[in-house]
Amino acid sequence: MTPVRTATDASSGRVWKKPPFIANPWVRYGLVAITLVYLYWAFSTLPFNWERIAEGMPRALRIFGGAFPPSFERAGLLWTGFKESFQIAFLSTLLGVFLSVPIAVMAARNVAPLPVYLLGRTIIIVSRSFHPVIVAILFVAAVGFGPLAGILTLTLYSIGFVAKLLAEEIEEIDWGQVEAMRSVGAGYLKMLIYGVFPQIMPRQIGLSMYQLDSNLRASAVVGIVGAGGIGGTLMNAFGRYDYDFAFAILLMIIGIILVSEGISGWVRKKVW
Amino acid sequence: MLEITNLVKRYGRNDPVLKGLNLSVDGSSVVSIVGASGAGKSTMLRCINRLVEPTSGSIKLNGHELVNLRGSELRHSRRRIGMVFQGFNLIDRLTVMENVLSGRLGYVSFFQALTRRFPQTDIDRAFNLMERVGIAHYANKRADQLSGGERQRVAVVRALMQEPEILLADEPTASLDPKTSQQIMSLLQTLASEMSLPVLINIHNVTQARMYTDRIVGMRHGQMIFDGAPKDFNQDALDAIYGGIESPEEDGGEPQHQTAQEALA
Repeated sequence: MTPVRTATDASSGRVWKKPPFIANPWVRYGLVAITLVYLYWAFSTLPFNWERIAEGMPRALRIFGGAFPPSFERAGLLWTGFKESFQIAFLSTLLGVFLSVPIAVMAARNVAPLPVYLLGRTIIIVSRSFHPVIVAILFVAAVGFGPLAGILTLTLYSIGFVAKLLAEEIEEIDWGQVEAMRSVGAGYLKMLIYGVFPQIMPRQIGLSMYQLDSNLRASAVVGIVGAGGIGGTLMNAFGRYDYDFAFAILLMIIGIILVSEGISGWVRKKVW
Repeated sequence: MLEITNLVKRYGRNDPVLKGLNLSVDGSSVVSIVGASGAGKSTMLRCINRLVEPTSGSIKLNGHELVNLRGSELRHSRRRIGMVFQGFNLIDRLTVMENVLSGRLGYVSFFQALTRRFPQTDIDRAFNLMERVGIAHYANKRADQLSGGERQRVAVVRALMQEPEILLADEPTASLDPKTSQQIMSLLQTLASEMSLPVLINIHNVTQARMYTDRIVGMRHGQMIFDGAPKDFNQDALDAIYGGIESPEEDGGEPQHQTAQEALA
């Protein structure tokens, strides 16, 4: 018979503590020290002009004061700007998501041979390396002011994001399903359609919704550098000190983002 | 008629997993392959439909050499070899019917596959086979909503849709409960005799191997060490195949054993 163990055994009273996140004490305390030294150095050398900040305060208050109440008088201008932003966002999401599928397949190591994989990864890295604003400046210079530059910018932006995450999703699929499709004698494309795409479909839809959401936001920003949409209208309103109109635009942007987040969240939850 | 001669498979520079294996299976016999994990059972099965590339040797199916086939030749011979997997390997997010029809992927065009417009003869065959194994009412259900036994039936039907000349089953019952696994084994047995189809089954359950198959092949360390009828598969054969192999459950398993005996007493 095994004796029944009780808390009063010799083994009671042993101490337990959670092991530290970084085991080596030198590294642990060294990192803290480095962080403190850096913070001291950064604050002591960065030029904070306290006088200028003090002057700016009332000016900021004046701007915000001028923004109240927001003016929706020029609703026509507001409408054309947002319509163009929507068009840019939808078109570029469609194009970007469509193009990102083949690029994601190219960039997934388990379904692409090495040279194709490297090419796919290169496309993704290039399209991810610049912020959309910089890309927009380049495209405005190349194709002129207007929505075309915005569409090209956000398409590239979508490819970078969607293709990268989709490629990672492809690399994590259940390989058994692919094996089954190979065992029935399916060729490469049929294997993709049956063995791979059904597995990544929920992720694909979720990413598309997220990207639409993100492109709506970004389309307002790239407009500022001349790539069409509500961003241009916003920039003009600031330029002409129409702070009440600018504030109306900002409120609209917030509202639209809220609605689109709600919709995309709902759709992503529904898809499984 | 399947003829494997001198089959060798070596992964990288390691010791070969298969060391000159010879096996021939004819007619409609159901052959079970038993052996400890790592004996090379699965590798051998996968060499036949070339999911694994053999290092050397020859595999002939009805006089047709399978080793060294490439591209469309390889795909055309794969259509003639059905395979059933331990984890079912169904396309979870597609319907049962799509899964069953995917057995025809080697025969239909890319456009037909993409739009799911399979020929009427395929659809008739699919319904007939699904009725035969009792899953026809699930045709439009998603494959991941079915139970384990039902899913393995879908997988068997998918393999039969290929109009195979041989059926390979890689531990088809290892993920199923005992009762369901018996049902699947007896289904494989009757289907084999109905369609006069040779079936090769990798299996761990020796009792089921004895009960449902015509011939038992025992493997150890990549070599065949037993080949005979179930009635000849005695304790000596069992020791030769599994003996001296320590499974992790046996380490320190003694007290457990005792409790089991105590529970029985």
